[in-house]
Amino acid sequence: MSETRIDRRFKALKAEGRAAFVTYVMAGDPNYQTSLEIIKGLPGAGADIIEVGLPFTDPMADGPAIQQAGLRALAAGMTLRKTLKLISEFRISDNDTPIVLMGYYNPIYSYGVDKFLVDAKANGVDGLIVVDLPSEEDAELCLPALKAGLNFIRLATPTTDDKRLPKVLANSSGFLYYVSIAGTTGAAAPKPADVAKALTRIRKTTDLPIAVGFGLRSGAQAAEIAKIADGAVVGTALVEQVALGRNDADAVKRVLALTAEISGGIRSVDKKIQDVT
Amino acid sequence: MSKLNSYRTGPDETGHFGIFGGQFVAETLMPLILELNEAYEASKRDPEFARELGGLLKHYVGRESPLYFAERLTGHYGGAKIYLKREDLNHTGAHKINNCMGQILLARRMGKKRIIAETGAGQHGVATATVAARFGLKCAIYMGETDIERQKPNVFRMKLLGADVIPVKSGARTLKDAMNEALRDWVTNVEDTFYIIGTVAGPHPYPQLVRDFQKIIGEETRRQMMEAEGRLPDTLLACIGGGSNAMGLFHPFLDDESVDIIGVEAAGHGLETGKHAASLNGGRPGVLHGNRTYLLQDEDGQITEAHSISAGLDYPGIGPEHSWLHDVGRVKYVNATDQEALDAFQLCCKLEGIIPALESAHALAYLEKLAPGLPKDHLIVVNLSGRGDKDIFTVAKALGVEL
Ligand SMILES: Cc1ncc(COP(=O)(O)O)c(C=O)c1O
Repeated sequence: MSETRIDRRFKALKAEGRAAFVTYVMAGDPNYQTSLEIIKGLPGAGADIIEVGLPFTDPMADGPAIQQAGLRALAAGMTLRKTLKLISEFRISDNDTPIVLMGYYNPIYSYGVDKFLVDAKANGVDGLIVVDLPSEEDAELCLPALKAGLNFIRLATPTTDDKRLPKVLANSSGFLYYVSIAGTTGAAAPKPADVAKALTRIRKTTDLPIAVGFGLRSGAQAAEIAKIADGAVVGTALVEQVALGRNDADAVKRVLALTAEISGGIRSVDKKIQDVT
Repeated sequence: MSKLNSYRTGPDETGHFGIFGGQFVAETLMPLILELNEAYEASKRDPEFARELGGLLKHYVGRESPLYFAERLTGHYGGAKIYLKREDLNHTGAHKINNCMGQILLARRMGKKRIIAETGAGQHGVATATVAARFGLKCAIYMGETDIERQKPNVFRMKLLGADVIPVKSGARTLKDAMNEALRDWVTNVEDTFYIIGTVAGPHPYPQLVRDFQKIIGEETRRQMMEAEGRLPDTLLACIGGGSNAMGLFHPFLDDESVDIIGVEAAGHGLETGKHAASLNGGRPGVLHGNRTYLLQDEDGQITEAHSISAGLDYPGIGPEHSWLHDVGRVKYVNATDQEALDAFQLCCKLEGIIPALESAHALAYLEKLAPGLPKDHLIVVNLSGRGDKDIFTVAKALGVEL
């Protein structure tokens, strides 16, 4: 597989000596245009990688905030087709920031896997996270995606033990997303010490960059994670800002303000210095 | 499609029935599902497990359930001879407890301390709360707010049995949403919790495991019909929510070519209105709740809401083995509307002195289309999957009666 935007971004950040800030927002939340403005604004506010949520009626691994975000997007008419269009519009002005499409399998299966992979690639998607496709189902989408030149990013969790880890890593690429707690999105933040222990264990098996998510809400928390991981993922906290927005413009402002705050926390950690000490 | 040697060998080792089934769950749950599969396979090799389960089914559940010749229904339709498999007479009033008893024994063997389940009509919730009480395990039941409203007696029953009934406020607040919420609970409480799924759906091994715990219905029916008539039945009829009572009755007969097998889906207000719960007749294959199966969904692959007067059938999916049996043509799937079920419900009360569950009334409803045209020596078995005490409020409302 040739190098993707994701590979390039992690390489560049490593050279720079800092962790990646991975942001998650829901496509079409609260509507198409506003979510396009949010996504366009994210890199300027400090996001290094953008996960774009693909709305689904039955997100079985998500907490209330992301459930609501998906329902808002669906109510405003969002679809997979429009999500791909959203990404292609983003690509007009940004050809560097990696985009990871994150969601559940049924909309993709319904669209048709082969057609989806062609269209996703053509519209500027770099990687996929499909929550309900564990390695047992690699033949469905993971292997075809790798062939199509898209990264397939896998989740590892506290229940992924040493026996299972190689299976999870087998066809992953881009980065590994370590879900730091057993739970749904938006649950309580993990203890950095527990995360550090898990990362040490996982790094024995892989050289992939590891981003850590679930429960991160502030710059200070993200900084703690930035010290030990290659990236920190923030989703629920950003999505909540959309819900709090008094109007569309306010929603954009709030999301980008929190992005900038968290980015500040992550950028305060100099991993070059850290490596020496 | 070429004829298969057997329809009873599925699923394959990856949990598939043809293209259906599989393990479409978040990574957090994968190790748990693999562990469950190991425990289940071990239980099959252990005669002590079968002995313990058999004893409980006999002395606690009250099996075997009778195969009852419904003389007056038979006379009413004037055609085929109608038998009812009386799952309504089980402890807790439905077939659901057969499966719950099997799963709770697995939970105990796996050392789990806490039980969760989803419920629609409340029958599976009651059965789960019952076995949890019997074995002294903590129990939480997820139930949609809409269903809590229409199945109040069962909600109170669960509480009496010591379960926490957790109202689910997402989506249409029915069975599908309760299942989402139960899965979220499981993802969060991975250490100590066992999820008792109530039908032949979910990730492998659930569809197989639930079927195996329910197939006692068909095994008994086979034996009982041989005793009563000296031969196998000609037609089997069962209602389909997720499909567990149907699969339980059907599975032991799948390889008997002479037996016609018919599943009845809920047509709600009618298939043409879009307000129904007929996933095979009104849906297409997709992936939800851990398996690939026929689903009600829109063009974008978003799951649409099911509708049925019966809370236990109000689900936009169906067990994967049924999807496969549908595609290979071994089982025929028809449907009955809310109104047809209500009519059959009342007829069964008046002619047989049996108040059937609204779910089971969907199977009874198809008799009107089937029985009159068949010869008098044609043997039909209808799975009377549950009793209808829980439904009297819903039926009263539909009939415009104030209680
Ligand atoms: C009496 C009865 N019959 C049937 C069903 C439908 O489930 P299944 O199709 O799994 O048998 C239910 C579900 O609650 C039920 O309570």
